[in-house]
Amino acid sequence: MNLRRDVFQAIADPTRRSILMLVATQSMTAGAIASNFDTARPTVSKHLQILTECELLRSEQNGREVIYHLNPNKMKEIADFIEPFRKMWDEKFNKLESVMKAFQNISNK
Amino acid sequence: MELKTKIQAEDRKQEIFITREFDLPVELLFKAYTEAEFFEQWMGTKVTKFENRQHGSYRFETSNPQGDVVFSANGTIHDIVQNEKIIRTFQMENTPFPAQIEFLEFEKLTDTTSKITIQTIYKSADIRDQHLKMPFAQGINMAHNRLQELLGGR
Repeated sequence: MNLRRDVFQAIADPTRRSILMLVATQSMTAGAIASNFDTARPTVSKHLQILTECELLRSEQNGREVIYHLNPNKMKEIADFIEPFRKMWDEKFNKLESVMKAFQNISNK
Repeated sequence: MELKTKIQAEDRKQEIFITREFDLPVELLFKAYTEAEFFEQWMGTKVTKFENRQHGSYRFETSNPQGDVVFSANGTIHDIVQNEKIIRTFQMENTPFPAQIEFLEFEKLTDTTSKITIQTIYKSADIRDQHLKMPFAQGINMAHNRLQELLGGR
């Protein structure tokens, strides 16, 4: 089985992408995820199953509920999830540099 | 192009390292972190408390253009040595994230260049990953299509 291709097939579906976006923000129960969609609950369950099978989500039994977490390692294979974090800091540091350079130029005058 | 800001985040560890070299003397880099006037400018935030001394505390809040506070954070300075280091806690308010501890090291490279190394230690590896994912999650919320584009490119 070509798992890699499956991951990309999994993410090609808009509902599944929406589920990933939801779970990326916080881990959620299947019920909470389903409540965000108009689709029937079994359809959402099917999507969750596909996302779990290709390891984009990790499921964890918690009493009667199943909690879904984003699997960051798998997501990293698709798009390095640290990159937006790095970029955010890079932009802040660029700003720091320009603010302090402007100050340096004024003080040197 | 070499990336100026580097993030080192080993798998399943509860820490990260952020490093960046600046075309600034170390004194100015330190100033950017310890004087409210400068900190506000580069962080795009508003400082409500900024006691940069041992056991002092700090707090800042960021508003949207409508004036609503959208982000606020605070922490305590554990130790501070001018132009050398700051050891502090950092906590985002109104989020489930617990406090993290940050070791900031300021290093002189030449008279006109400097480097910062920030080691951040989180309560757990999972919390670290959640924190790292924040801009990622916001990113995919805002630019859903970009992700698709990226994937389409593979």
